[in-house]
Amino acid sequence: MRALKWILTSFVVVFILAPLIIVAVVSFNQNRYMDFPPEGFSLHWYAELWNDTGWRDAIVTSLLVAAASAALAVAIATPMAFVLRAYDIRLAPAIFALGILPFMLPPVISALGALVFWSSLGFSGRMENIIISHAIFFSTLPLITVSLAMETMDPALPEAAQTLGANPRTSFRTITLPLLVPSMITGYAAAFVLSLNEYIIAFMVSRFSVVTLPIKIVNDLRYGFTPTIAAVAVVFILIATTIFTLFALFGNLLKFLGADPAILERER
Amino acid sequence: MLARGGLRLEGLVKRFGDVEAVAGVDLRLPPGKLISFLGPSGCGKTTMLRMIAGLERPTQGRVHLDDEDITDRPPHLRDIGMVFQTLALFPHLSVAGNVGYPMRIRGAQKPEIQSRVDELLGLVSLHGLGDRRISQLSGGQRQRVATARALALEPRLFLLDEPLSALDANLREQLQVELRLLQQKLGITTVMVTHDQREAMTMSDLVVVMNEGKVEQVGEPLDVYRHPGSPFVASFIGRTNLLRGEASDGLVRIGGRPFDVEGVVGSGPVTLSVRPEDAHLQTTPAPEGNALTGRVVFVRDLGELFECYVDCGLDEPVVVAGSPRERVDVRQGQSVSVAFPREACVVVEG
Amino acid sequence: MSEVRRPTRGSWAVLSFPLAMLTVFFLAPFAIMFATSFYHRIEGGFYEPAFELASWERLLQGVFIERTLFSIGICLLAGAVCIVIAFPFTYFLTRMRRRSHVALLVLIMSALALSEVIVGFAWSVLLGRAAGISNILVWLGVMDESAAYQPSFIAVLLGLSYIAFPYCILALYPQLSRLDPELTEAAQTMGASPWRTFWTVVVPIGRPIILAGFLLAFVFTLGSYLIPAFLGRPEHWTLSVFISDQATFNANVPFAAAMALFLTVLSLGVVGVVTWFEGGTRR
Repeated sequence: MRALKWILTSFVVVFILAPLIIVAVVSFNQNRYMDFPPEGFSLHWYAELWNDTGWRDAIVTSLLVAAASAALAVAIATPMAFVLRAYDIRLAPAIFALGILPFMLPPVISALGALVFWSSLGFSGRMENIIISHAIFFSTLPLITVSLAMETMDPALPEAAQTLGANPRTSFRTITLPLLVPSMITGYAAAFVLSLNEYIIAFMVSRFSVVTLPIKIVNDLRYGFTPTIAAVAVVFILIATTIFTLFALFGNLLKFLGADPAILERER
Repeated sequence: MLARGGLRLEGLVKRFGDVEAVAGVDLRLPPGKLISFLGPSGCGKTTMLRMIAGLERPTQGRVHLDDEDITDRPPHLRDIGMVFQTLALFPHLSVAGNVGYPMRIRGAQKPEIQSRVDELLGLVSLHGLGDRRISQLSGGQRQRVATARALALEPRLFLLDEPLSALDANLREQLQVELRLLQQKLGITTVMVTHDQREAMTMSDLVVVMNEGKVEQVGEPLDVYRHPGSPFVASFIGRTNLLRGEASDGLVRIGGRPFDVEGVVGSGPVTLSVRPEDAHLQTTPAPEGNALTGRVVFVRDLGELFECYVDCGLDEPVVVAGSPRERVDVRQGQSVSVAFPREACVVVEG
Repeated sequence: MSEVRRPTRGSWAVLSFPLAMLTVFFLAPFAIMFATSFYHRIEGGFYEPAFELASWERLLQGVFIERTLFSIGICLLAGAVCIVIAFPFTYFLTRMRRRSHVALLVLIMSALALSEVIVGFAWSVLLGRAAGISNILVWLGVMDESAAYQPSFIAVLLGLSYIAFPYCILALYPQLSRLDPELTEAAQTMGASPWRTFWTVVVPIGRPIILAGFLLAFVFTLGSYLIPAFLGRPEHWTLSVFISDQATFNANVPFAAAMALFLTVLSLGVVGVVTWFEGGTRR
């Protein structure tokens, strides 16, 4: 059984790492052509990301869209999560289901819906379209994180605030909202990352007028391979790994993922 | 200070769907005193407190404070201070932040808030802990912060919902005394909910015993203890022996034996309550006065306390308790008789 | 209900913003898509309002049915592969020493942060002729010449499993970390080997989350566009690719709309049936 455990773990690690390593190797290759074993080492392709305006613009566009749509997503989700959990509303499960639905369905459905919607309005191919459609699609994430935070909050807290003289609005502003901020940030971060990486909705909504990073990568790949694509991939991987490592070291990664508190005690 | 906080509860009823949590309560409570709502879980005591606080709306009835009808007033306009069962301390604020909260939201200035917070922390013996985070405090310290916060604006009513239930036994007893002394010092009208009758007995001026949504008895603690009005009150407050029997024309028979008891007229089933410490064991063969014979089923000698369980042929064994001085040498299986002095027999039913 | 929890005018006003947004930007597009499925298709990518069942009739054609069955099949398979590996792995993970436990979680979460296009690209390289597995094997002398393993069915399957895998683990992790170690210890004191304990204690207890994880992987892979598009030939494409293809390159939006609505019903239906089934079998 122990042997099985190590075989399985090694297999999973290799499985997850394999594509990443290959891509990293390719990104450092001096040659324009992919080959193995690689010939020479070069950081040239990473420099491309900055020097080539095509790449730079795509990165900036993606960051803008992600920042804006994640903010809008949180703005949509937070009032909903708060009201549904703070008050007894009979239609709450249905409204919550409506909030979850966009994310549960295959993205191509939302993408096509967005396409026909914006076309029928005669208002398409712009960054605003992607921002709004992304915000709706990803609003499920902050909805879940904020709802969870509301659920785990002591219901006596707003009651206590009111017995101390705070009317409902003050109670929300001074007590509930500050306690929801961490979950709003988590929801924002999740929506941000997913928006950054999202292809199909952005593609169908903007066609070729707005180029986000994933769109540029797919376009470039149609015309042949450049290692710059590999460089983008490596940058992404490094950023993600750094963030999570920092989180693990200074935050509480296990608790964040839902670990049992008892596990946190085990320091074998 | 003029005693304020006189509560009058008029015909209070609270229904949650089909369940009647409070089934009609009329009470007039004196200001300046510590009043306990005591009863088993589900008896409606917490619901009563929440209606007084304005956190629940009565299905029927009115709540009056100092002759003002406050039934329709929301909690934040009721001039109350409340300590919750979970304490409900705001985790994102420090100790000073919590205690100063009521003043801050009313727009008071920083220096004013600071001095009042210091005063309050001194009152509950938490000098200098203003900057601590709630998570750094012990259970007892948290309780004191909750108390200080509730009392910050000198409210007319101080409400406590099982405030000590999260603490362990030793700490509870210590804080019971502290809270009581604080209440007496401030002279503030206090309503406390508890299921622990010893807590109620320790701290209260007045005890309101509740069961199944109704008030069973109201009185001073010792009074309720000595003269319980029903079998429920008799067994809920302290321990008791409930002796069931029959009366005919004022003469009571328990377990076939005649009992001389005050205050029985007529005929019908009768229940007497006798506290274990009032009953005596007699090993002399001829029992005198109100007595029952039986066999010892269990002896419990705790050093500081001596108890004996005797099976006298009633529903349950009779419990006789006493201090070490009164210890009688008995063994399991021994035949004894138990005497129930006339003054100690209280009629609780019939 | 508690007095402070009764909805007020203010609370409804606050709820109106998200509701309005969702209605306008989610429900309305759906409605428009529904209407579009009945429109008449004009060559060149346009369509005009009409009421035709032409698009819906195409759903009954062999091509579409074949695509649907293939999609369901490959996604069920990917889901199965995912959960079969993820469940025991997560179980072992929750029992590991702190360091390796956290390190593995960081690895998994980092994989989550990758976009599908990067995953698709990485696997296409790994399974390709130029710089992939076969090249390593040639370099090691095991193979004579390099070969391309993509585009192929297995490439799509691997790609789909790869992207769904971290989500599976995330779904299983909370519950498995809460599994009382005394349960497995008790079984072992009664004479069960670790192997038997796993199958007779851990798996039965984990049944609801195994099902949930499988369902999550299935729906997630059903929605994947880039992986099948990248790593598979048209015969390996799933409905997501097919729909997108019809809407863009084939310029047949009404047909795409009809298919999209069908896919919606399919996804919700699968989730609904499995949830109902699981609820029913629970005692």
